[in-house]
Amino acid sequence: MEKSLETIVKDLQEKFGIMYEEFRGEVQCMVKAENIVEALKTLRDTHHFELLSMLNAIDYYPQTSPRFHVVYQLNSLSKNLTVQLRVAVNGDQPKVPTATGVYKIGMWREREVFDMFGIEFEGHPDPRRILMPEETEGHPLRRDFPLGYEEPQFTFNFEEIDLRKPYAKE
Amino acid sequence: MAQLQEVSVEQFKHLVSERALTGETMLLNMGPQHPSTHGVLRLLLELDGEIVVNCIPDIGFLHTGIEKNMEAKTYQKAEVMTDRLDYMNPMGNNLAYCMAVEKLVDLDVPPRAQALRVILTELQRISSHLVLIGTWGLDLAAMSMFLYCFREREQILDIFELVSGQRMMTTYMRPGGLWRDVPVEFETAVRDFIKIFPKRIDEYEKLLTKNPLFIDRMVDIGYLSKETALSYGVTGPNLRASGVNWDLRKARPYMGYEQYEFDVPVLNEGDTYARYLVRIEEFRQSLRIIEQALNKLPMGPVRSDNRKFVPPPRSEIGVSMEALIHHFKLWTEGFHAPDASIYSAVESPRGELGVLLAGDGGPKPRRVHMRTPSFDNLSVIPEIVKGHLVADLVAILASIDIVLGDIDR
Repeated sequence: MEKSLETIVKDLQEKFGIMYEEFRGEVQCMVKAENIVEALKTLRDTHHFELLSMLNAIDYYPQTSPRFHVVYQLNSLSKNLTVQLRVAVNGDQPKVPTATGVYKIGMWREREVFDMFGIEFEGHPDPRRILMPEETEGHPLRRDFPLGYEEPQFTFNFEEIDLRKPYAKE
Repeated sequence: MAQLQEVSVEQFKHLVSERALTGETMLLNMGPQHPSTHGVLRLLLELDGEIVVNCIPDIGFLHTGIEKNMEAKTYQKAEVMTDRLDYMNPMGNNLAYCMAVEKLVDLDVPPRAQALRVILTELQRISSHLVLIGTWGLDLAAMSMFLYCFREREQILDIFELVSGQRMMTTYMRPGGLWRDVPVEFETAVRDFIKIFPKRIDEYEKLLTKNPLFIDRMVDIGYLSKETALSYGVTGPNLRASGVNWDLRKARPYMGYEQYEFDVPVLNEGDTYARYLVRIEEFRQSLRIIEQALNKLPMGPVRSDNRKFVPPPRSEIGVSMEALIHHFKLWTEGFHAPDASIYSAVESPRGELGVLLAGDGGPKPRRVHMRTPSFDNLSVIPEIVKGHLVADLVAILASIDIVLGDIDR
């Protein structure tokens, strides 16, 4: 880890008691959900991380507590540093406070995470789905959401499959 | 799935002003089938006369579940999905994905493959900007620009066809290197292009840059401030036109970009015209990179010889049993990646194209997230179109350079 990044991580450790690990030169810090907004604010205002370039989530199903990681990738343009914050969320009623007050990128990215994983962002000004239609049931990028496919029909079972095949309603 | 319901104003009441509810301003639907939205993008506009009061983009019409599909495929097979993300930049998507896989399994890429990757992605950057500037002209009623731009783009696509057999969905870069070496005609084809193209850029500039009609439509339209851009995660030429010098090729060089001399064009105006000028200058810088890379193109292999991750060449399969076993294992089961996650990013023509790749210890990824730049670039639209005319909205939308395949994934 670079020296300048080390002091920043140490500062976060003192303030929020984060755990961090390194993999292939990347620093990934685990932050508690209630501290995430403050941690982002500290990084932006004190340590010049101007750009939150990625906000998304990973589903660790079948593990349930924690099931999801919400991932924040921050960049400091002036110091050319990057650091990743992660919030672990449980599978039942996943909730994270919104980051839209600090970085506006959350306006759409948090909607995407809600749409795809069903993680609620408390305090988001416009919590609608973004990619899927409003009436969709379920959250497609969860690992237990079926991928879906079409059964191949052969001559011996053509009609049998045809009967249960969904067609567009007239 | 529930029946389609009639959309009521209740659903987006909080997004429009109160005047829309009393009927004082008009709600107008623009898109999804509209030539100026560059794809299937729907904009819900609240208009006061011809002035935009609010703009609510509605995306997802092209959502094809690429990220979900990639989770069901092995690392090599998932790569073909990346071509279809940003269909103006398939080579760049391949590069971003391959670099992520290489980082996750710790795989080296030989220098020749690195240099060829640089040449091809820079050609792709030029072709992507060509489509942008062509359609931009078309949006602002400069028809001939479109035809000229597509003439040069065709030349680049011919080069891609030469190396990979495909004009657009190339899948030419593979984890660990390239699919195969470039043919002998490659160098001449690229040299022909870099000889012709500078004159063509001057032609475009004659047509557009000093054109009073074009300037009238562009200058002081759609001002994007530095702070707004950074907060919304806007990257790429749009950010550089707002006065932020941030280019991943310079800041965090990958694939040997540190060997090449090039400038990063930065302008402070932040308006639509600045975004145009930045892209014109990027043409010239890309040409410089291609020329340097071509001049010192090293000889040698184009694929890593780590047989645990990269399939052996065809010629070896007939004579070596190990090669046959590796080939069989890699194409049936695939290689295993560690249970960890990485984030790696490249500079695509539109901005930071990042890949969040999480392995689960097996041959298929747990999660592939493509951080596509158009998504975040488009999210700033509601901020910057307020108070402009509908005709200006078209110019601003063109200047943001969105690709709907990139947004909806």
